[in-house]
Amino acid sequence: MITVENLQKSFQGIPVLKGISTTFEKGKTNMIIGQSGSGKTVFLKCLLGLHQPESGIIDFDGRHQHKLSIKAQRQLRKEIGMVFQGGALYDSLTVEENVMFPLKMFTSQSYKEMLDRVHVVLNRVNLENITGKFPSELSGGMQKRVAIARAIVMNPRYLFCDEPNSGLDPKTAIVIDNLIQEITKEYDITTVINSHDMNSVMEIGEKIVFLKDGVKAWEGSNKEIFKTENDTVVDFVYSSNLFKKVREISLKETK
Amino acid sequence: MYYLTHIGHYFIMLKQVLKKPQNWRVFRESLFRELEDLGTKSLGIIAFISFFVGGVIAIQTALNVDSPFIPKYLIGFVTKRSMIIEFAPTFMSVILAGKVGSYIASSIGTMRVTEQIDALEVMGINSLNYLIFPKITATLLFYPLVILLSMFLGIVGGYCAGIITEKFYTEDFLYGLRLDFDPYLVSYAMIKTLVFAFVIATVPAYHGYFVKGGALEVGRASTRAVVWTSIVIILLNYFLTQMLLS
Repeated sequence: MITVENLQKSFQGIPVLKGISTTFEKGKTNMIIGQSGSGKTVFLKCLLGLHQPESGIIDFDGRHQHKLSIKAQRQLRKEIGMVFQGGALYDSLTVEENVMFPLKMFTSQSYKEMLDRVHVVLNRVNLENITGKFPSELSGGMQKRVAIARAIVMNPRYLFCDEPNSGLDPKTAIVIDNLIQEITKEYDITTVINSHDMNSVMEIGEKIVFLKDGVKAWEGSNKEIFKTENDTVVDFVYSSNLFKKVREISLKETK
Repeated sequence: MYYLTHIGHYFIMLKQVLKKPQNWRVFRESLFRELEDLGTKSLGIIAFISFFVGGVIAIQTALNVDSPFIPKYLIGFVTKRSMIIEFAPTFMSVILAGKVGSYIASSIGTMRVTEQIDALEVMGINSLNYLIFPKITATLLFYPLVILLSMFLGIVGGYCAGIITEKFYTEDFLYGLRLDFDPYLVSYAMIKTLVFAFVIATVPAYHGYFVKGGALEVGRASTRAVVWTSIVIILLNYFLTQMLLS
């Protein structure tokens, strides 16, 4: 579980995060949603330790992120898997080498052991026959799946995903969503997804944190989001006609 | 103030770069990759330019030695001296700054804008050390060899120019080559080469690593890297010459 208390961050005097408090639960797909510029990415980067917040607490199962020694921070980071928006695969390495990279860096396993593990995770994301290819030879969906494989190869306790569906067609997006949710359950990890894809939110958002102008405006589950009367959430989530209809039907059924 | 800030950031960066690699196995692999990318792939252009520069020095010296009081062996002597003390270490380093510098700045810059560096940081890897230290090691190991090759090919180029143009006798050229050989000048050239190799690996890396934005900024950083690497090489060349030769 990740607990965040009163997180504040500003850039050049302009506040971006204005005291966010929430918890991200273990074994669940937690989602951060909000408009562009609402502070989602900064929030995620603070959680990852890529940005240093001005104040507040980020607690990973009892470990206060910014009070840890360098050694303990390194240990914590080994327990984190991250799927970046563009995949962030290393261009000069093949798929196999990309997935193997964290194992090479942090374990003393033999090449055969590492190779076996790489094949297990590539199998898990349904990519077995592309090990020798370079990232530039893969489709967007494949790159995302390789990124997921790399993120889980070290058996992380925490999985972070930044816009995992951006640039993907709806069908592939669903495949990626389901994969992330399955992995979350299978490995019993705390998953935090940064997204503004409402399909994903409705499909796999077991816990949703809605940000607006650097403030947590709402939180709940994908079931609760249908019923909420919070104007800002309704305005954001149901901005498309399709979702307006879905909400109407859903409310009718509930009554 | 602007320049001082950058110089300060550069040295702070070096503090992170010059640390023990986190994993020697990964470092060794990166080093071999860098030796190929920064070293062996530069051999062709260096060999080509060195050969023809040596030839041009020999021909130009021959054309300017009209007086019967100036011995013809001076052509070989001048070619040797020019190649050893200036053309090979400095001129070739400026060329490498263009070729290798732009490659380093753009490759690291692209890694920055495509979040590959963030991916390293999230894993708990010292990205500066992982990316730049193998480059420094590769250039420090390989460039002295490249410059020695450049010296040799420049002199061969001068010799061949004599045969082709018939402006001077090869016997005179060879006598000039052997005349007053000072091994210290080779040491001086090697010291310069090592300093320039360090500059070629680190200055472009600094420009690439701290790039912000997209493809356009990576292109600009690459250009800036080449310009600043060349400027630093020329300035250091002056100070090193003053310190080591005067």
